[in-house]
Amino acid sequence: MNVEMKGINKSFGTNQVLKNAGFNLKDGEVHALMGENGAGKSTLMKILTGVYTRDEGTVLVDGQEVMYKNPQEAEKAGIVFIYQELNVLFDLTVEENLFMGKEITKKFGICDKKAMIAKAQEMLDKMGVHIPVTATMTELSVGQQQMIEICKALMVDAKVLIMDEPTAALTQSETKVLFDVIKSLKKKGVSIVYISHRMEEIFELCDRITVLRDGAYIDTKEIKDINMDDIVQMMIGRTIGERFPKRDEKIGKEVLKVDGLTSGNLFKNVSFSVKAGEVVGFSGLMGAGRTEIMQAIFGNLPVESGKILIEGKEVVIKNPRQAIAAGIGFITEDRKTEGLLLEKTIAENIEIANLKKISKKTVIRKELQNVLVDKGIKDFKIKCTGPEHECNNLSGGNQQKVVLAKWIATEPKILILDEPTRGVDIGAKKEIYSVINDLAKKGVAVILVSSELPEVLGMSDRIVVVHEGKITGVVEASDADQAKIMTLATGGSL
Amino acid sequence: MMENKKKIGAFLSEYAAFIALVLLVIVLGIISPEFRTASNFLNLLRQATFNGLIAFGMTCVILSDGIDLSVGSTFALSAIICAELIMMDVATGWAILIALFAGTLLGAISGLLVAKGRLQPFIATLITMTAYRGLAMIITDGKPISRLAYNIESESGAELFKTLGKGNIELGVVSIPVPAIILVIALLVFWFMLNKTTFGRKIYATGSNAKCANLVGVNVSKTKIIVYSISGFMSALAGLIMISRVDSAQPVLGDGYELDAIAAVALGGTSMSGGRGKISGTFAGVLIIAVLNNGLNILGVSTYYQEVIKAIVILIAVMSDRKR
Repeated sequence: MNVEMKGINKSFGTNQVLKNAGFNLKDGEVHALMGENGAGKSTLMKILTGVYTRDEGTVLVDGQEVMYKNPQEAEKAGIVFIYQELNVLFDLTVEENLFMGKEITKKFGICDKKAMIAKAQEMLDKMGVHIPVTATMTELSVGQQQMIEICKALMVDAKVLIMDEPTAALTQSETKVLFDVIKSLKKKGVSIVYISHRMEEIFELCDRITVLRDGAYIDTKEIKDINMDDIVQMMIGRTIGERFPKRDEKIGKEVLKVDGLTSGNLFKNVSFSVKAGEVVGFSGLMGAGRTEIMQAIFGNLPVESGKILIEGKEVVIKNPRQAIAAGIGFITEDRKTEGLLLEKTIAENIEIANLKKISKKTVIRKELQNVLVDKGIKDFKIKCTGPEHECNNLSGGNQQKVVLAKWIATEPKILILDEPTRGVDIGAKKEIYSVINDLAKKGVAVILVSSELPEVLGMSDRIVVVHEGKITGVVEASDADQAKIMTLATGGSL
Repeated sequence: MMENKKKIGAFLSEYAAFIALVLLVIVLGIISPEFRTASNFLNLLRQATFNGLIAFGMTCVILSDGIDLSVGSTFALSAIICAELIMMDVATGWAILIALFAGTLLGAISGLLVAKGRLQPFIATLITMTAYRGLAMIITDGKPISRLAYNIESESGAELFKTLGKGNIELGVVSIPVPAIILVIALLVFWFMLNKTTFGRKIYATGSNAKCANLVGVNVSKTKIIVYSISGFMSALAGLIMISRVDSAQPVLGDGYELDAIAAVALGGTSMSGGRGKISGTFAGVLIIAVLNNGLNILGVSTYYQEVIKAIVILIAVMSDRKR
């Protein structure tokens, strides 16, 4: 099925989000749709699938002009949108999810459970994924849930599949399975629109790329004709220079030392150290225990044995309050559920981590408050209408900047960043890298946990690799490459 | 033009409860000359005290993403404790202080069940609600304790006890009921606590996203326990004013008060899932309920109809607040 969208305009109130946007999708291709957060990718796709109606412009599907009234209509025509926030019923089983609203019934509308289970199993087998169909969704990993979403789309015989950041929460092996599925779908003639911020994936998977910027169509290119810098330039309208900015290394004394930290079967005998001004990268497969190690250091997960020393002195950390008092800051993996008070303003979010700084004898002082918040917004160039801007309405990159601003205002000696650039566009990514460098320059000991290998390689002085809860190797940056890290991350040795 | 419309819309939903209150007062004032007298307004404020004090505590609990069903039982049990102490010839001042402390403790128990026992607030306070009511029955054997003031030996003690619920403070030509003064002072204290102190921030953060609050160093458990303790204290305070006013304590006092308090909080625009809301809104909600009760009584509307009318007013106010 081919789709052509031309001259699409769309406004919400006075805010025009799409101006002359468009793209075209050929039969059986994987088409990357790229742009910074807020460039209008999702909106354009929502117009295609009937979630929104367009103000102006034409949409042709197989040469016929269409205007779907709702997603169900688009689905009937074979166009399915798989959202980043998965649309599954978590308390129901795989089979119940797959057949929701299209149950196979016997007489009198009684569900034919056997037939549905068999059909579901057949569909999953055909996709080459192994998921028990009687399991409830909560038992599955995010990657498996994603597969169920795709399976759901295939059950309605989708000819166009739109995926919004499908790999954001997947492990490397799950990503590989997803890519295999996408490639086999493509062979069957399914057209795929692939929205992602991960450059590496675009080059591995896609045939063509369309870039949107500020709601407008910029260009469409064959992937084989362009490189990463071209894409970045198209996306932000200028070059951003070096992807990972350099910093002058001035590594000082040891600040954090972790010795033999163990927590049940989550991780065992973890020892490492971080010096002032040093960025230590933590690499490993998803589920290797990196996040758990960081949560334990921060006092949010109980530890069985092991010591934590800060500036040579042993510290007891049983909860986040003690960790903060010891000078640790922690930017968590999931900014929506753990990092932010989403429905609160930027000011409130920065202030809640710095209550002592904005108050005298527990009474909040306006003048202290304003200084702190204004500095945060200015230092991090947070794009907003002001301190009273609700975090809900910020783009992913700006939300992450609020989280950074809030922690950096606490002036930590040690800052742990867990996946700080996930779901963040390339411009904001670079700004976050600069922030990390500035911190290191000021002598903060930085721990950077990341699943993106180029990021770990580009930003770290040393890289600690974790495999199944154990540290399998520490590699100096000058000595590291993707192959070495992957060998260690999968349990091999150098 | 559109900007203006938006602003008006935002204004309306921001002050929905106050607008509803003003409209109600105007309508009732036009219909009933009796309603619009100064003495009736003061009377109304006194009637609002019980629900008001409880609703202030309830606001904090709900802001922290909880609910407190035990307020009515705490109200009764604290009142009974005070009454029993008076009958045991404990000095009035002490009896009052001990009862207030008991109420705080009763609230803290709910808080502990929620924060440390990890029970759902609804279930935890359903348990304490039932238990406290039972205790009140056991202590009194189900019978009222009457003629409290008469049983206080010291004159100053009896005076103190009576002042709490029946006293007036002369202010020029008007005499303002003591309960109404307590209500207004409580309003100011709560406003200051929620808006100007770090503890207020912690309540909002806990209700907005407890996980995030915990990670930035807010002691979420402690915050919850304190919030329920405050609710217990306020219920006890309301209970003491009540027994002073009616001069007797019964174990069935305050039955169903939790519902009026929750209604007032909801009317005031506080989100039932926590993190969002204002004490001034709750105050407006309390006054709406009081005005309705008072006005409909004056107009001679049957209590059966009163309930339905109250329900409709709450529905309208809450719906208009939802439209943001």
